[in-house]
Amino acid sequence: MTELTNLKVAEIRDGHRAGDFSAVEVAEAFSANVAAAKALNAFIVETPEHALAAAKAADADRAAGTLKPLSGVPIGMKDLFCTDGVQTTAASHMLEGFVPRYESTVSAKLWDAGCGMLGKLNLDQFAMGSSNETSYFGNVISPWKRKDGGNAALAPGGSSGGSSSAIAARLCPAATGTDTGGSIRQPAAFTGISGIKPTYGRCSRWGIVAFASSLDQAGPMARDVKDCAIMLETMAGFDPKDATSLNMAVPNWEAALSSDLKGKKVGIPKEYRLEGIDLDIDAMWDVGIAMLKDAGAEVVEISLPHTKYALPAYYIIAPAEASSNLARYDGVRYGLRDLPDGAGLQDMYAATRADGFGPEVKRRIMIGTYVLSAGFYDAYYTQAQKVRTLIARDFEAAFGACDVILTPTAPSAAFGLGEKMADPLAMYLNDVFAVPASLAGLPAMSVPAALNREGLPLGLQIIGKAFDEQGVLNAGLAIEERAGFTARAEKWW
Amino acid sequence: MAIDQATVRKIASLARIAISDAEAAAMEGELNGILGWVEQLGEVDVTGVEPMTAVIPNQLRLRDDVIDADPLTGGNRRDDVLANAPAAMHGFFGVPKVIE
Amino acid sequence: MTTTTRFKGATGEWEVVIGLEVHAQISTNAKLFSGAATAFGAEPNTQVSLVDAAMPGMLPVPNRECIRQAVRTGMAIEAQINKYSRFDRKNYFYADLPQGYQISQLYHPIVGEGRLEISPDEKDPSDTKIIGIERIHVEQDAGKLMHDQHPTMSYVDLNRSGVALMEIVSKPDMSSPEEAGAYLRKLRSILRYVGSCDGNMEEGSMRADVNVSVRKPGEPLGTRTETKNVNSVRFVMVAITSEAFRQIELIESGGKVVQETRLFDPATNRTRTMRSKEDAHDYRYFPDPDLLPLELDDAFLAECRDSLPELPDAKRARYLAAGISAYNADVLTAEVESALWFDTLLETGAKPAAAANWVSSELFGALNRLGKSFEDCPVTPAQAGELLGLVADGTISGTIAKAVFEKMLESGDAAGVIVERDGLKQTSDTGAIEAEIAKILTANADKVEQYKGGKEALFGFFVGQTMKAMQGKANPQVVNELLKKALG
Repeated sequence: MTELTNLKVAEIRDGHRAGDFSAVEVAEAFSANVAAAKALNAFIVETPEHALAAAKAADADRAAGTLKPLSGVPIGMKDLFCTDGVQTTAASHMLEGFVPRYESTVSAKLWDAGCGMLGKLNLDQFAMGSSNETSYFGNVISPWKRKDGGNAALAPGGSSGGSSSAIAARLCPAATGTDTGGSIRQPAAFTGISGIKPTYGRCSRWGIVAFASSLDQAGPMARDVKDCAIMLETMAGFDPKDATSLNMAVPNWEAALSSDLKGKKVGIPKEYRLEGIDLDIDAMWDVGIAMLKDAGAEVVEISLPHTKYALPAYYIIAPAEASSNLARYDGVRYGLRDLPDGAGLQDMYAATRADGFGPEVKRRIMIGTYVLSAGFYDAYYTQAQKVRTLIARDFEAAFGACDVILTPTAPSAAFGLGEKMADPLAMYLNDVFAVPASLAGLPAMSVPAALNREGLPLGLQIIGKAFDEQGVLNAGLAIEERAGFTARAEKWW
Repeated sequence: MAIDQATVRKIASLARIAISDAEAAAMEGELNGILGWVEQLGEVDVTGVEPMTAVIPNQLRLRDDVIDADPLTGGNRRDDVLANAPAAMHGFFGVPKVIE
Repeated sequence: MTTTTRFKGATGEWEVVIGLEVHAQISTNAKLFSGAATAFGAEPNTQVSLVDAAMPGMLPVPNRECIRQAVRTGMAIEAQINKYSRFDRKNYFYADLPQGYQISQLYHPIVGEGRLEISPDEKDPSDTKIIGIERIHVEQDAGKLMHDQHPTMSYVDLNRSGVALMEIVSKPDMSSPEEAGAYLRKLRSILRYVGSCDGNMEEGSMRADVNVSVRKPGEPLGTRTETKNVNSVRFVMVAITSEAFRQIELIESGGKVVQETRLFDPATNRTRTMRSKEDAHDYRYFPDPDLLPLELDDAFLAECRDSLPELPDAKRARYLAAGISAYNADVLTAEVESALWFDTLLETGAKPAAAANWVSSELFGALNRLGKSFEDCPVTPAQAGELLGLVADGTISGTIAKAVFEKMLESGDAAGVIVERDGLKQTSDTGAIEAEIAKILTANADKVEQYKGGKEALFGFFVGQTMKAMQGKANPQVVNELLKKALG
């Protein structure tokens, strides 16, 4: 029998159903991997007891003939999802020790479907970062190493870096992620796994610690496209508690998976050919184009003229929303309180927030506060929202000529920890390909396509029309089948 | 438009984040770098363009006027509300004395 | 048009310019963005949802009834209703504001310009003035702070946090404390007619922020101050007077009015600077990204319009047309409960003018005496209709009616039952009455002489004597006629 921790979500679900193994065996195997992988620092809290309880229930349900859709599948939960009775920190000192008395809609759906929780996954603090270096609980390390004879610790991407690292290292078969400006796709690309950000509104935001409300979307990360489809079916769905939730039925994405792209048109945006970009990235992109042609698709060049303004618009809108969303962390009702001797209320706020937020979070709150302040609001925020309208129109026009869009996920492979921390702008540029789809609310996924010359994974991004997750998943599947990406990080941890 | 350290301190005060002089000095450079970069948005001709309001076409739904229809968004859960409070006192949240 | 009240300072007369921002709690079961209850007086922090406490990841979903009532209120003041509005965040830090922002409507309020007609002089209802209303927007209330429970701590109760408010912003159209008082009373009356706010100022359902500035007649507007959260009509009037004199004295002694937020202290009848609001504010308003634009369709607006009751001005006009006096029409329409009670009385067929007289004198008097209101009125309009019917058809006299009403209040019995049981029916039996008249004229021969000598005022005396002798049961009209005949 294969090692249980090498199994994917569908294999665990089906194998458990068939009686090939018990859910308890699966949960224990993954929990053992989690416990043995402290060097990766992928988890903030480990919850083997939660996974075990769900597994026992799954085994009992199997005996009783009452199996649920994901019975027996243990997963990792990004520590941005509030979990009832389990510490939820958003990787911040501010929320260290915060134990919600409520369960986020998305995590509740997963538990209701039979999943168990292996633990709460590390991330960039308040999901702000692209390398998982802003966590209060330390960097997450990618399981991957460059094949250059060196031993540099690499970034697992961010902000869902705990999720990507844990899946790539076989600590869990799948995990939740959230994506505000690439936080599912870029870490998936960095670690050779798949991840999809659905259409804005597909997954409820209720109970997810907010970063930027108009951009935040939950989505799954897993080892292949089919597992992403399975997970997303469970995570998505209308939630009356979220006013921006889409009141639409959740399609049966898994059942409709098809890599036959005959009659489909794939758009290649010329503005994504960046000057001076890593040659491996461009080469991989060309290979991806060939793969989709091979799957029967017609390839057309398209133009998204406002692409270069997406990132600056994002770095106004997201910090502006964040500056307001994070105002609730004030030391009054939960979380950290720093009350210097003799301090008044406002001093308490300032001390608490100075102590509770890390440098990147403060930087973004400061930017957001500034761009919303009197006299600057129109020049920055209104202008950015207008540019956002233009970016969404670009996509609308492009989708008149194609069904999906193919681009690289990130402009480079994983970089070394510390390499970009000194320069916030260089770090922000990592999301240059991911951010436009976020601003337009469109579904987008990353699938692993190749290894670069250093032996590190590279991902391709597929962007779809609003609500067309199926088209995205199908194109992803076509690439997956042709890329035959089976590489995995050699175990060193 | 470049911001100076006084502006940095003003923003920090608006955001209720205590900063030292050294932090203000460091932030002055960082924020100017980022703001200088985002200012390229000014190049874009947005004549007649409405700011984005709803990224995906969707209607604001209204809920019925029913108390505690869903316990997750209803009241009568003081213990849950106060469970994580740094200073819960006699059913209240305690804060340093405020003079109005 | 009401004349502007002039305030006399050392350097002459001053005008005061007043605008009011009224925060009216919308009457709903649940809060604006959460399902927690809004009832007054609950144990601290029991009517608080995870949403109201701004727990991480919580999201607002608007309550339809709050939107509906704001629209109906807008319609009642003949305002423009905006089919497209938005919620914005007003960002600031305070212990009663869990989210660190208040969800309000700055850029696109739900209700635009409207108007309100007031009559500042209670003795002359025909003296009216139109006060412009700038806008109505919907927003969240804040929580409550208590400062006297602990030596070094303040306590936060979030029961009010997230309760729906309408902020009704007037134009600076008022020029005296009396006008401001009349505006508040009229606004309160309309809100209560519409049912969008219970108008209970003691429980904080209605509070006013009072904007006051002063100027010499003909001069441009002066710098204004805003006195926050004044919670009674009287306090608003006192606060305006006190603040106007403070500003006048300040200017006359060479000082300058500072634009600031002030508090009214009912103990001293003075306003003072609000220390906690001294900081310069920059609220950084922006559209709430958790909420989409609010778009109202025609069906929604039609329901709002169709469900509006007859409003006080229309009701008053209808009463006047029915022959009710201006004074009675004002008294009856001032409160929605009395007006509705009176309308039901009219439906029993009661004659409007007589019914209005009876309600405004007899019933109001009885309610006052018993400490009751129209909501727990001891007689129903149907019972009163029966009583008034007995007067109208001559079964009992007005005097007997008073006694019957007293018995109705005591026993709860119907008027007809009491009249029958106690034998109170008035008589038109001319024989019996003539017999009594004859006795009275004989016993008072001197007065008969005086009357015949020209002292006609004595006629009332003979009527009184006759009625007394008939134990009040004689038909007054018949008594009149017979007396005139007997006195020749």
